[in-house]
This record gives sequence, C-alpha cells and structure tokens, in this order.
Amino acid sequence: MHSTTPATSDGDSKMGWEHFAHGSDIGVRGFGPLLETAFEQAALALTAVVSDVSSVEQVESVEVRCDAPDTELLLVSWLNSVIYEMAVRGMLFSKFGIVLSGCSLVGRLTGEQVDPDRHQLAVEAKGATVTSLKVARGQDGQWVAQCVIDV
Amino acid sequence: MDPQSLIRRSDFEWWIEPTGQMRVPGIIYAGQQLIEGMDEKVREQLANVATLPGIQRAAYAMPDAHWGYGFPIGGVAAFDPDEGGVISAGGVGFDISCGVRTLHTALKSDQLESCKTELAEALFQSVPAGVGSTGAIKLSEHEMDEMLCGGAQWAISRGYGKPEDLERTEEKGRAVDAKPECVSHEAKKRQAREMGTLGSGNHYLEIQRVAQLFDLVTAAAFGLRENDIVVSIHCGSRGLGHQVGTDYLKAMVVEGYLPIPDRELACAPIHSELGQRYLGAMRAATNCALANRQIITHLVRSAFAEIVPAADLTLLYDVSHNTCKIERHSVDGAARELFVHRKGATRSFGPGNPDLPPSLQTVGQPVLIGGTMGTESYVLVGMAEGEKLAFSSACHGAGRSMSRTQATKLWRGRELVDELRKRGVLIRTRSYRGVAEEAPGAYKDVGAVAEAAEQTKLARRVARLVPLVCIKG
Repeated sequence: MHSTTPATSDGDSKMGWEHFAHGSDIGVRGFGPLLETAFEQAALALTAVVSDVSSVEQVESVEVRCDAPDTELLLVSWLNSVIYEMAVRGMLFSKFGIVLSGCSLVGRLTGEQVDPDRHQLAVEAKGATVTSLKVARGQDGQWVAQCVIDV
Repeated sequence: MDPQSLIRRSDFEWWIEPTGQMRVPGIIYAGQQLIEGMDEKVREQLANVATLPGIQRAAYAMPDAHWGYGFPIGGVAAFDPDEGGVISAGGVGFDISCGVRTLHTALKSDQLESCKTELAEALFQSVPAGVGSTGAIKLSEHEMDEMLCGGAQWAISRGYGKPEDLERTEEKGRAVDAKPECVSHEAKKRQAREMGTLGSGNHYLEIQRVAQLFDLVTAAAFGLRENDIVVSIHCGSRGLGHQVGTDYLKAMVVEGYLPIPDRELACAPIHSELGQRYLGAMRAATNCALANRQIITHLVRSAFAEIVPAADLTLLYDVSHNTCKIERHSVDGAARELFVHRKGATRSFGPGNPDLPPSLQTVGQPVLIGGTMGTESYVLVGMAEGEKLAFSSACHGAGRSMSRTQATKLWRGRELVDELRKRGVLIRTRSYRGVAEEAPGAYKDVGAVAEAAEQTKLARRVARLVPLVCIKG
C-alpha cells in the first residue's frame, strides 16, 4: 500500500486519504477521527483517481442524499452518488461535507466544471464496488472507510 | 499464484478440486509461467464462483485471468435456470458489453504513410474520447428507449452504418428482450451526452497494421493480408452501463441471493423477479454498447472518407467481452440452454456453430484480443475444441501487471507519447496522466496470452496487429 498524499494533522487527530492497488482498478481509502471524516476523505481519494485534487477549485456546491442497510453499503452509496454527480454535471469536487444519521447521509460536494486541459483527467470512475469494502474503527480510534473503484 | 496449489491436468489445464461448498471444480487454462504471474485472488474467486447454484461443468479462468469483482476478470461460468441457476451483476461487470470491433480499410500500409498524421487529427477531432467527453447525438426519452431496444440495428436505421455491418456483429447487433423500463432514470441521464463516445482508461481507437499472419487459410477467410491497415475500436456501454451495474449490484447485495459471506458474489436466481429485471436492464445496456460502437464506426468512416477516399471500411467482427448470453451447450451429452457469464472473456464459437453468420460458418468466429498502444493486438479464431473446454470462450486482453499509481511513478505521459512517435505510433490524447497510467509497460505480455489461448486450444492465432495511430480514451 502506498500513500499518495501525506495525512494532514489536526491536533492529535489525523485525517487523510490514500489509494491502494487492485488488479486493473484502484482502491480508495479515507481515514479520520470521525466516521464522517473517513467518508469525506474517501471521496477526496475518489476525486484523486480522476484528477489532481489541488487543481479543482471550489466554485459551486451540490447536495446529495443516500441511504443503505448498513454503514459499509452506505460508503458505496455515498461514493456512487459522487460518481453520478461528476458524470451528469461534468464536474469535479475537492471539498466534501456530510451529516450522518444512522445509515443515511446528506452530503455537500463542492467543486467546479471540468476543464480537460487544466484538470488532466486520468480515467473516469465507473462505479464504487463492494470489493475490499471496509468501514471500521481501529484500535487507535481512527475510522477507516475503503473500497475499490471500477475505472 | 503458486502452481503447487493447483492440480496440473496438463501443461495448460490446472484444476481446483471441489471442496467445501464448491459444486464443481475450478479450471484455469494457462501455461505455468502465466499461472505463476496470476494473482492468488483468481484461485479464491474461481472457487467462490464454483459454489453458485445451477453452475454447470466448472468455473473457468482464461489465460489472462486476474483479480476481479466476485468473478475473476477472465472468468467464465454457465448456469442452468432450471437447476436454480443465478445471474450476477459482478459476473458481467460495470462496463456491460464492453468489447472490440475491428474494421478492414482496403488500404495497405504504404497508402497510410502520407496521410497518417492528418487521419490521426481527424479521428481525434471526430470521435470524442477521454473522461467527460460528450457526443453530438442527443436522444429524447423515447429515442433512448428505442436505442436500448434496438442496439446497432437502431443505429443503422438512423444512418450510422451499413446493414451489412450487422452480420458481423454478435447477435446481429441487437440483444433481444431488452427492457428499457428496467433501466433507471439515473442510468439514462448518465447516458444523455455520451452516445458515440469512447470513454477512458483502457479504451481506444486504433489504426493498426497487420504485421504477421499465423494461419494463412483463416486469415484469407477473414480477409486479412500482411500490411493491411485495419481499425479497432475498444469501448462499451458508457455511463448507462456503469449505472446499470451500480444499481443492480446494490439490489443484488440488498435483495438478492448470497451463497457465501462474500458480498462481491451477490446474485439473483435467473427465474426470480430481480434476476429478470437485471437481465432486461443488462440487455438494454448491451444494446447501448452495440449502438455506441456502431456510431463510432460511422464517425471513423466519415473521417477516413474525408482524408482517404480510397478507403472502404467493412466490419471484420464485433465481440463483447463483459456479457451474459443465453446459449445452447452440451452438458453430459444433452443439449441445454444455459446463461453463460463471460467477465473479461470473449465468446469463441468454432466452425459449424449455427449462431455464426454464413460467411463464418466454415472457419469459426473471429476472437479479438486488445493490446496496448505500444505493443500489439491479436485476431484469433474460435476452435471446435473450445466448446468442451470452456463453453467456447477465450481470453480478451493482457491485463495489468502493475497499478495505475505505480505506472505514474515510472512513466511520464509526454515522454511516452514522444517515445512512441519515434517508433512510428502516433498517440492523440487529452490527458498525459491518462497515457502514463496506460503505459504499455504496465500491462502483461499480450503475446503470451494469445499464444496460451492457442496452446490450450481455446482459440487459434490468425494475425498480429501493431498500432500506428492510437486515439486514447
């Protein structure tokens, strides 16, 4: 496993994201002190599959709602909602905020319209899968949220 | 994968004997070297597929098999609905009916040299490629449903191609019993701007040269001669297929059948309401892919007509490699109607199969194996032996040897494009990062995979194609 970006420090709490290898595709992993943070960071990792997150300006926001029978499937639904909004709006997002309520969430995605020259789009995300799907809290108290994205 | 963990039945046939909940064996077709390079996950996933209800004969892995989603990529499994057989969204994949079509051009390589750059530019301008690219065709709700029912036949009725293209397209260009009403509004919305687009990742449009012939008789029957110029298109069902995969994977996990505690293998009995809904949606997505490749064919023909009027683009064949089709196969001496999943695997009917068009009856089906922008692709032909081996199936490509992240650390897109230009391959792309991720060196040796297909008698090599122009998705 290789981290594509260093975790950022926020006091004693770390949060960040990374990619992990899967055959032809790519895994996304977010981590943070709260379940919400891990989900938000996993979405940043998803954006980074497509483009350089730092190249995406925060110009407009979109709201999404999703639910699932359990927390792990909620991560899949959340990432698929982001993929759907990217596809139909032709946008990239670099800031995510979510409010969790049981196995439902309301998410706010902030970003901008795609500019192919500036964003150097690598590959499109087809869908979030249940492969290597995990949402769990480690012994250090950190939440981890991960799955493989089919690209 | 450790070959010692398998039972070697021959140099090219390796078995996982049924244990635990496995209903049938797992069989991998590959030489020892390819087995050693295979991910351990292939064995695990193949054994899991072998537990599914209604599975017939065995769960198979092709020589290019690698770690997939529930099913290995390069996996083949056939199910009998009357024995509780299932259908699996993971067994078809997210890019439903992704496939390759190859066209003759009636040009020789020396005729291309003077116009190669101009053609590359024209194709790059006329065929939308890359992430977020949109096409010129906008469909109303009614037209979308017509497309989802009609596939390539619909596209040709709208002027995107020639009726004779259909004979050389699997299922005559149209999956029957498609149900657009089983495709979500979200899936249709995702497709709204994507008709006639190539997509990204390993998708491509290539002008290729026939560099080598292996089987002169079959090559002649396919109309292939050395130094012929051909065009190959690799793409699938775009956003619609991806969303159908997303929608039904979730539905199968939540409402479907889970034979073992592995959500990736979620499926639904073929005879169930969910199974039937997925079949209807999957066939609609198949038609979307067939229509998409047909429209791109039209765009390619238009570009060639403008630059090289002498060109005449006729279809060699169109094959899908992410599918589930109803086919008749023999099991224990009796003909049965089975639902054959091929995930990253190509149908490869041998000579005499009644589903082949008359022009291919005596030779067998062309099997198109895609390579990378810097290496080579292959045309093979289905062999009669393939029916007994793996329900007439063969491999579809090379598969990656390293992750995208690793590839971007090893290669720079701009440098790769320059290096390939010096070797005579023109790359046109909107993303250098995308080129780096798709570096030829990040893929396994497609030549070894094609050779293994021949050695196993799944399919026989006919021709090797090398790229001259690549419009990278």
